[in-house]
Amino acid sequence: MKHSISYYPGTKPITILCLFILYTPLIVISLYSFNSLRSITTWGEFTFDWYIKAFSNPAIQNATMNSLLIAVLASSIATLIALAAAMGMLRGAPLRKQKIVVGVINLPLLLPEIVVAVASLIFFIAIDMTLGLGTILLAHIVFCIPFAYLPISTRLKDIKQSFDEAAYDLYASRWQAFRHVTLPMAMPGIVSGLMLAFVVSLDDFIVANMVAGPGSSTLPMTIYSMLRIGLTPEINAISTILLLISILFVTASWWCNRSSKSTT
Amino acid sequence: MLNIFKLSKEEKVRYGLISPSMLMIGFFLLIPISIVFVYSFLQPGTYGGVEWVFSLDAYKQFLFQEDFLTEELQFTSAYLEIFGRSFLQAAIATLLCFMIGFPTAYFIATRPANTQSLWLFAITIPYWVNLLVRTIAMLFIIRDQGPLNEFLMYLDWIDTPIKLAYTPFAVSLGLFYSFLPFMVLPIYTALSRFDMSLLTAAHDLYASRWAALKNVLIPSVSNGIYAGCLLVFIPSIGSFIAPDLLGGGKQLMIGNLIALQFQGSRNWPFGAAIAIILLTIILITLLIFSLRKKGEQQ
Repeated sequence: MKHSISYYPGTKPITILCLFILYTPLIVISLYSFNSLRSITTWGEFTFDWYIKAFSNPAIQNATMNSLLIAVLASSIATLIALAAAMGMLRGAPLRKQKIVVGVINLPLLLPEIVVAVASLIFFIAIDMTLGLGTILLAHIVFCIPFAYLPISTRLKDIKQSFDEAAYDLYASRWQAFRHVTLPMAMPGIVSGLMLAFVVSLDDFIVANMVAGPGSSTLPMTIYSMLRIGLTPEINAISTILLLISILFVTASWWCNRSSKSTT
Repeated sequence: MLNIFKLSKEEKVRYGLISPSMLMIGFFLLIPISIVFVYSFLQPGTYGGVEWVFSLDAYKQFLFQEDFLTEELQFTSAYLEIFGRSFLQAAIATLLCFMIGFPTAYFIATRPANTQSLWLFAITIPYWVNLLVRTIAMLFIIRDQGPLNEFLMYLDWIDTPIKLAYTPFAVSLGLFYSFLPFMVLPIYTALSRFDMSLLTAAHDLYASRWAALKNVLIPSVSNGIYAGCLLVFIPSIGSFIAPDLLGGGKQLMIGNLIALQFQGSRNWPFGAAIAIILLTIILITLLIFSLRKKGEQQ
């Protein structure tokens, strides 16, 4: 291998460096959330105190509930919308305007978040909508759609149309063919999209920060306002929880997609 | 436009299924962006909001400021500097990402087929972690009393902490850290379609490794490289969190300037105008890249 022309020395150490850079900050901040001392240099003992302290704060409890509520609702609604769009786009012959539809669906990914944030703020105020959980939810559904659409459409493309045709030959209605044939086969893609959308909603700080009203803080917003006092172990603790939720969901989403590949 | 009366029943069902996504994004994203465009040509209201009077002041304010006494317009470079800084920071982040991302993508693309997806997954996981949390983690590490400085002092390499946090370098580092996975993925995709035997062919024609890299490999995967650079550059130039937290409020970038107009200064038309200028810059960048791509295919 080393004498092969396609071997470039140094790519392995750089890859290891790349992973080291990506993971070290996350691992370090998680480790310090378990240190009983506020110190960086000395390790007291292993403790869950910062977690208990952080989550006994009513503001943080409230923000956690808000974040979870919005993430569950936004990801489910966005997944339904994305599933409908993917079914319309990919079952049957290619539609006219197909490219425009894909462009519109991916638009939220292309725009800088800060522009989406101020545009949403201006819009909600222009239509006289009260800023709060409702406005955050609406804004989140919009940018969750492309994230849910991607794995669902990839999955649907892999399911041959002949399955539907077989169902129609057996006198299944359009709905029955969807319900009993396409839906079960597309399920891994749908679950994968749902989880990605959930993570994306839970992650958002910039948009929520703009369109939230009083009392509708989400968890990232609460972390941000806590930063004014400085980097406390409580922040490390909440960050670690958010980090673990993201990694858990994304791993599950990846697993869904991977195990599904072997079944088609 | 689409004529709904000429569609078959099947097409109606299909367009019906697509419509919720179009309505949702159209109503809550396209219309809001159009309103931003309109607002950029209005005058600011006293307590935020706008006065419905046509004015180009928001765009003029970008380059000129009114002298207090004489009311004459004087050129000011304050906002141009913020744009210049954003451009520079995004360019540095893109370069750093390329230097680490390209070899990484190459390494992954030359692994056995069954392990490639695992490597890629390891690279993508951090992208899904909350950007605010990742930036806080970076700040935690590089600040004066952070583990990095403590570690270097423990090794006796330095006597006093190196000032890393709240510097321009910290912002570059933060942007690099935020968007690194975006560089690896498209380059990997291009490399996985590349026929590695072409490198052997180059070798047989007495090309050195370096010549093969420069003249065969890189031109073949240039589309992936362009895509990776765009995916890092675009979010970097409009970023908000990294300059805000790691720059300590001294390293304002375009994103922070926009946010300020809606939170502190309350000059909505000016904020809207900067947002439109930012979108225009992004559009031009995309156009340049797509033109280059076309030029190379011909």
